[in-house]
Amino acid sequence: MAGHQTLKGKDIMDTLKFKSQIVAKPYFIFALMLFVGQILFGLVMGLQYVVGDFLGGTVPFNVARMVHTNLLIVWLLFGFMGAAYFLVPEEAETELYSPKLAIVLFWVFAAAGTLTILGYLLVPYSTLAEITGNEYFPTMGREFLEQPTITKVGIVIVCLGFLFNIGMTILRGRKTVINMVLITGLIGLAVFFLFSFYNPANIALDKLFWWFVVHLWVEGVWELIMGAILAFILIKITGVDREIIEKWLYVIIAMALISGILGTGHHFFWLATPGYWQWIGSVFSALEPLPFFAMVLYAFNMVNNRRRDHPNKAATLWALGTSVMAFLGAGVWGFLHTLAPVNFYTHGTQITAAHGHMAFYGAYVMIVLTIISYAMPKLRGIGEASSKKAQVVEMWGFWLMTVAMVFITLFLTGAGILQVWLQRLPESGEALSFMQTQDELAIFYWAREFAGVIFMIGLLTYLANFLVDKKEAVKS
Amino acid sequence: MSATFTKSMARNIYYGGSMFFLLLFFGLTMHTTKVMPERDHRENLTEAVERGKGLWEVNNCIGCHTLVGEGAYYAPELGNVFYRRGAGDLDTFKAFLNGWMSVQPLGIPGRRQMPQFNLTEPEVNDLAEFLKFTAEMEVNGWPPNIEG
Repeated sequence: MAGHQTLKGKDIMDTLKFKSQIVAKPYFIFALMLFVGQILFGLVMGLQYVVGDFLGGTVPFNVARMVHTNLLIVWLLFGFMGAAYFLVPEEAETELYSPKLAIVLFWVFAAAGTLTILGYLLVPYSTLAEITGNEYFPTMGREFLEQPTITKVGIVIVCLGFLFNIGMTILRGRKTVINMVLITGLIGLAVFFLFSFYNPANIALDKLFWWFVVHLWVEGVWELIMGAILAFILIKITGVDREIIEKWLYVIIAMALISGILGTGHHFFWLATPGYWQWIGSVFSALEPLPFFAMVLYAFNMVNNRRRDHPNKAATLWALGTSVMAFLGAGVWGFLHTLAPVNFYTHGTQITAAHGHMAFYGAYVMIVLTIISYAMPKLRGIGEASSKKAQVVEMWGFWLMTVAMVFITLFLTGAGILQVWLQRLPESGEALSFMQTQDELAIFYWAREFAGVIFMIGLLTYLANFLVDKKEAVKS
Repeated sequence: MSATFTKSMARNIYYGGSMFFLLLFFGLTMHTTKVMPERDHRENLTEAVERGKGLWEVNNCIGCHTLVGEGAYYAPELGNVFYRRGAGDLDTFKAFLNGWMSVQPLGIPGRRQMPQFNLTEPEVNDLAEFLKFTAEMEVNGWPPNIEG
């Protein structure tokens, strides 16, 4: 990534309200590097779906998947942390409590993350479990929580240090609604992660409480983080009165939590759980699209009623885009299979994969790219915005990735519908087996892989925007 | 939003609403864990089942398979494999599983490959006990058919 140098006659710090915001930069850069890795392994998996023995000996599917999903989680966490280090001082109107701690934690987290990924890739998973002493405190081998126990402890330590730093900054400064919502979301993230240490011998209980991390993160507290970041960006790029933005923010996160907490029930349909969850989960998760719909109205309203024309058009595009794609991916595609009678047939099919891809991209990848788009020109000392040329390249990246993700989702949905038709709807004896069904879905998987390649091209295009402004800067 | 709907009203709905539903959720979860024993049949939770779960975890089986619909979607559902491949009989299932695990990877060109995990026979038997336990949990009638 380019542009570390100060520009001629102009110090980087001039473009930042508070110098300590600069600590966000390594977080954002490392997040984007991991993003590339995530997509690379996504392409490997996508190919393994149709060429089953591709890299089978070196990178078995389970390893590629673990790397793909864990890189996603970790780079989003880097993105959230970078976002917090950037926006909390500006909101609190004070320097970060300890920039040094933020940098130390960056290296600790980056080292722990890199070692964990290398562990996945270089030794068999059971060996990794053995050398990290999993037998003494077993937490490994559960979806998304595959990290060795010692890595999980490291994540907790990094989160505590991070929360301390952010919390002290807020305590010292202005306690805006955005800061309070953001820190609530971040504390919730840390608290619910603690459930990853609970791994009972009874698989039924294990599965129940596993969702306390997974669901209450992505359909709970992460939405607070997303809402806070989006609100910050909208205030900055539209100049709309803070009071109005904050009121919307409260309404959106209220809807998110009121629907999302009991919405957890949509994961309790097919566990060793009472049947009432089928009603509770269906009703409340059917409401989960509402906060995302409100977010679309809000983002477009604020931009339409803007009081200023911010020169960073790319950041505006990301902010609008994330609201729309989160609504489609998390809202619409979630609703498609969230009612218990439908979910009975779709549970654990490619429909779930389709929803997962668009929801994560729309809500969380895009919100992190929104704040990066807004913050990077300032962190690099360029000014309020990148040059027109760089923004055009960035917007090409936006469209390529977003359109590719729409097609990935549509192809996986097609695969999922056919899978349900062949494997789930017929009676035992008439239904095709899982593996026979997969063969029938090959055309969709090839199309998905092709869309995945376009996504990678989009990502590289997006990254190229950082090279454009190596020398020139736009006056704001 | 109209002027009569103020920010403090929105804030109160947020705090009040989320606290209320969080408490309700915890209450329902407590009730759920209280009635779960009659559905998960934890009286069948032997040491072999427990060892089997450990093996399931350290070999990252969930990285390809699903277990009661959760996991990766790359390889067959195993929550009911005890019925599909063992016809609900433990000895049959153990024999099947030992045979199946020992011939991996199948090495059929282009076919998805299951790695060779080099498990011993007692270990595979523990895994079979774990999958039997999973199959015997009552999960509200899922999956729709034997194929999972």
